Amino acid sequence: MSRTSVVDRGVVTRSVALVVLFLLVAPLLLLLSSRAAHALTLCAPKADETACIAGTMGSRENPIADVDVILTKPDGSTETVTTEDDGKFSFEVTEPGNYLVGVDPDTLPKGSELRPPAEAALRGPDGALKVDNVQLGRSYAATLTVRDASFDDSTSKWDEFLQSSVNGLRLGLLLALASVGLSLIYGTTGISNFAHAEQVTLGGMVGYGLVNVAGINLYLGGLMVVIICGFSGWLQDRILWQPLRRRGLGLTQLMIVTIGLSLALQYTFQYVVGARTVRVVVENPTVRDFGSVRITNQSLAAMGIAIVVLAAVGYALLRTRIGRATRAVSDNPALAQASGIDTDKVIRLVWTVSMALAGLSGILYALVTNGIKWDTGLQILLLLFAAVTLGGLGTAFGALVGSLVIGLVVELSPLWIPGDFKYAAALLILILLLLVRPQGLLGRAQRVG
Amino acid sequence: MSETAARGALADPAERKKLMSGVGAEPGSSKPDSILQVNTIVRQFGGMTAVDVHHLEVQRGIITALIGPNGAGKTTFFNLITGFDRPTSAGSGAAWSFDGRKLDKTSASSVAKSGMVRTFQLTKALNRMTVMENMMLGAQNQAGESLAKSIFRPTWTSQEKQIEAKAEELLDRFKLLEKRSDYAGSLSGGQRKLLEMARALMSDPKMIMLDEPMAGVNPALTQSLLGHIQSLRDEGMTVLFVEHDMHVVRHISDWVVVMAEGRIVAEGSADTVMSNPAVIDAYLGAHHDTDLGDDALLSDATLEQLEKEVAEEEAEREEEDKA
Amino acid sequence: MDDIQQIINAMMREVVSPQTAAVAIAVIGLNIHFGYTGLLNIGQSAFMLLGAYGFAIAITKDVPMFFAIIIGLLMAFVFALVLGVPTLKLRGDYLAIVTISAAEIVRYVGRSVGYEGLFNLTGGAQGIPGSRYRGPFTSLSPFGDGNTTILEFNYTDVADGATWVRLVGWIVVIALIVAAVKIGRGTLGSLTGGARAGALAGLIAVITLGIFFLAPVPQQNTGVEGWWFTVVTWLLVGVCLIVVTLLIRSPWGRALRGVREDEDAMRSLGKNVFAIKMQALVIGGLFGALGGMMYVLPATVQPDSLGRSITFFCYTALLLGGAATIWGPVLGSLIFFGGRVFIIAASNTYLSSDKYINLMSGQKTSQFAFIVVGVALMLLVIFRPQGILGDKRELRFNV
Repeated sequence: MSRTSVVDRGVVTRSVALVVLFLLVAPLLLLLSSRAAHALTLCAPKADETACIAGTMGSRENPIADVDVILTKPDGSTETVTTEDDGKFSFEVTEPGNYLVGVDPDTLPKGSELRPPAEAALRGPDGALKVDNVQLGRSYAATLTVRDASFDDSTSKWDEFLQSSVNGLRLGLLLALASVGLSLIYGTTGISNFAHAEQVTLGGMVGYGLVNVAGINLYLGGLMVVIICGFSGWLQDRILWQPLRRRGLGLTQLMIVTIGLSLALQYTFQYVVGARTVRVVVENPTVRDFGSVRITNQSLAAMGIAIVVLAAVGYALLRTRIGRATRAVSDNPALAQASGIDTDKVIRLVWTVSMALAGLSGILYALVTNGIKWDTGLQILLLLFAAVTLGGLGTAFGALVGSLVIGLVVELSPLWIPGDFKYAAALLILILLLLVRPQGLLGRAQRVG
Repeated sequence: MSETAARGALADPAERKKLMSGVGAEPGSSKPDSILQVNTIVRQFGGMTAVDVHHLEVQRGIITALIGPNGAGKTTFFNLITGFDRPTSAGSGAAWSFDGRKLDKTSASSVAKSGMVRTFQLTKALNRMTVMENMMLGAQNQAGESLAKSIFRPTWTSQEKQIEAKAEELLDRFKLLEKRSDYAGSLSGGQRKLLEMARALMSDPKMIMLDEPMAGVNPALTQSLLGHIQSLRDEGMTVLFVEHDMHVVRHISDWVVVMAEGRIVAEGSADTVMSNPAVIDAYLGAHHDTDLGDDALLSDATLEQLEKEVAEEEAEREEEDKA
Repeated sequence: MDDIQQIINAMMREVVSPQTAAVAIAVIGLNIHFGYTGLLNIGQSAFMLLGAYGFAIAITKDVPMFFAIIIGLLMAFVFALVLGVPTLKLRGDYLAIVTISAAEIVRYVGRSVGYEGLFNLTGGAQGIPGSRYRGPFTSLSPFGDGNTTILEFNYTDVADGATWVRLVGWIVVIALIVAAVKIGRGTLGSLTGGARAGALAGLIAVITLGIFFLAPVPQQNTGVEGWWFTVVTWLLVGVCLIVVTLLIRSPWGRALRGVREDEDAMRSLGKNVFAIKMQALVIGGLFGALGGMMYVLPATVQPDSLGRSITFFCYTALLLGGAATIWGPVLGSLIFFGGRVFIIAASNTYLSSDKYINLMSGQKTSQFAFIVVGVALMLLVIFRPQGILGDKRELRFNV
């Protein structure tokens, strides 16, 4: 043992001790520093008699006191209440119906204004908040936001564009992991696999089970997810797809089989896990800022993993013998078989690897979007098909390109059209492309009509 | 067409010989009474030209054969003129003229509607429908096929009966009548070929185009098919067919068109064309009369000679390509 | 036996329900698309939803009911054109992908809150409550108020509803059903033509009476759960069946099947394949829209209730009953919905209660039923693609 390492160990031990001390003490400090909750007589609703409409102006760190909040009742009359020191206000009402909550702008702090509600459905006149269908015996939260009058709501369009582009790339990479497999399955077997998105969900679900419920380390759990999902692909081909191919089942029938499988899987997920969103990792992710772009550590890691894996898959397809054989089978199965390639083996490999990739995509997706649900597949499936068709049915590289495009379209479209249309935008792009170039960006014209 | 239909003037072999003897035996020659004329039919795949036909006329009322070695572009050309493929020259010179009228629409169904029907090398009998249903589909201009009229039975039942009667006649002629209620998929290959031919006749076409009619057919049925084709011609129908089998061609064709490497290299009667050196080269290659069983040929000198010839040919081709 | 009677009663209510009839109409449309023409339409729910929106919104704007129906049908018509023009010239898989995507787009648009005008029309995810458009329809009811039970004279009136009465009754009914199927297939007796049709009609009438005798359904006369809705919707099913029979047993119907078999062959016979496919898409879509309108009349126009699950139900019902047959869609819908309720009710009774086994909670039984539907669809397509009434020779699908 050299002298330096002994010294280093001492330094390390002391630093660790300090950190541990800090971690133990910090929550106490936080607790002490927060303001005592003001004992406001908040209203409590009584069944069939009263209802409550209440809220806070400003935030816990910066409450806005002494603002006049105006409640407009169904019959047109108004009631005014002034916010307390902690910014809270509440109204007790005795009639059911539709109410409006607004402010007297003169009582707002200098240079501030009321920000109208973001959702069009909740916007009342003069930027007031609509609280509709109030029923007796319940409480309703009225969230009013105040901002600087000089606040530019459109954070520079460029910044938004950058942030959305990064999000789009992230989504595109995760979609690519799944869609490469989908495209290869289509190319080698002709099956449009409608159950593919459920394989992605499976990855997320198994991840939840291993990491969240069983407490296994995230990296080990992730690896296990990939292996388990890959095995599920191997199993599928062994007990389902290969026997059906041998039976001579037509492509339409196979497609309907995948539809049934998709339905069964979705409800199995719901049966086993429940209808709620479940998370793989419970702690909140740490956020990093690169200039005006905000991204979580988990997203960065996910994107990195996706890039590495996709590069590996690409290399395998281009340079290895089995990869070339796969491309040959995907291009022209009969010809490949006549050239001596064992198509059954290639197809088995394609199913295994595709499902492994889908599982990886699933657990990464669950990490990045902070949760996975039994019907997550429903949203993803169409994006996958859009990506694959956009890039060219049957080409792996097309799937990659298509995924990136779809990811970007989905995340960038809210800059111009309302957010709930973002998936619709991606699908519309797909339909329009089919009008112009049905073989997709990288596909070949003969495959089409 | 009933058995007692009037026999065309060209039913007599002597008449046909007289007619065709006056026609020039060069590619693209004009015919005394052409029913089909095509101009500038070019098809390219990527950088390769599969078909490049400048001009072709098909004489009315006779049997014309389209022959050539494998890869000559016969089937591609066939698909192009029947509308199942689009020429690269579409819009820049490609033109069809059928029965005296210029054809503007050359999609497959328009070509069929104008009176040119075709059959397929791999028969396309509608397998999961009965023989009779196959035949009924062959008739054109059916009122009942219009969506609006289909609900109102009286508008199409009498036409349907007429079509059925015609179908029965044709089936009888092709000896398929007792199979009328069987699914087409249950017929033998040869019977399906006959069905396809009978179906094609339902629309009273002016010209029938057969894509390798003898492909995969046993010798007995070949004779029967040949007989049917000849009797169609005798009744005044124009026949154009693509074939590989030279015996069949020599036996029944009145005129032969030879294609090689996408171009028409020769036209003429069967005998003229068989002895045309360009044709022989196209089929058999330049050293066709060399006996490859002769061991003396395997001497070094001969090999060197052959290598020199090959090198010369290649140099020639390179120069041509550069030009 | 009383548990079983409960299950049977639940099944009967579902089978008789106007929503089952509405889906049967949509499946008739899907049969035209997929069964007869081979079009892979996986977006039938969109046709239903558009028909429902068109109808409901028109009525809330005080348009007379007749024109509201036309508007709903018109929306489906336009939708079919929009879908068909780009995809009908391409391969089948493309139509599948485009129809499923388009169905999702319709659903998203229906749910959206982004554009205020649109949100005011569609009501977003909550949808349009039935009370806002049901009025003109219910006001047409000649049945008045009150309750009626079909049949009034039922098993409870014979020997006090003893078990043996019901057992004997079911044995008789099942025997009659088997006889009817055999006569329909031609494997029993040698009746032909009119006599056969008469025998079948008579048998079906007796079977129906027998079933209602053994499982009476009490309902209001008018009102959301009422006989008015039930009678009108099932009568509509009958009308649709007549229209479909006329269409399919005509040269146009023959052309549809020819297109399903081989498009190139049809082109070589001079048929305009694109026009035929487009017509099929439109007609099937119109049936779908009609089904959608009838589906929402007793309920609400909610985009999520007419989503992908309904399309999958339609396919299962179609394949179960027998694609490319006239009666298949109706039979398939009856068996599918009855069967689903059977699974839910049976699991609730036997697998979810303390009386027998407590394997799953009440919520889980409906999820379990969905799983069974998914697996059933797979097995059906693998082992018996022709369903109950279909012709095996005709239905070996191949793309």
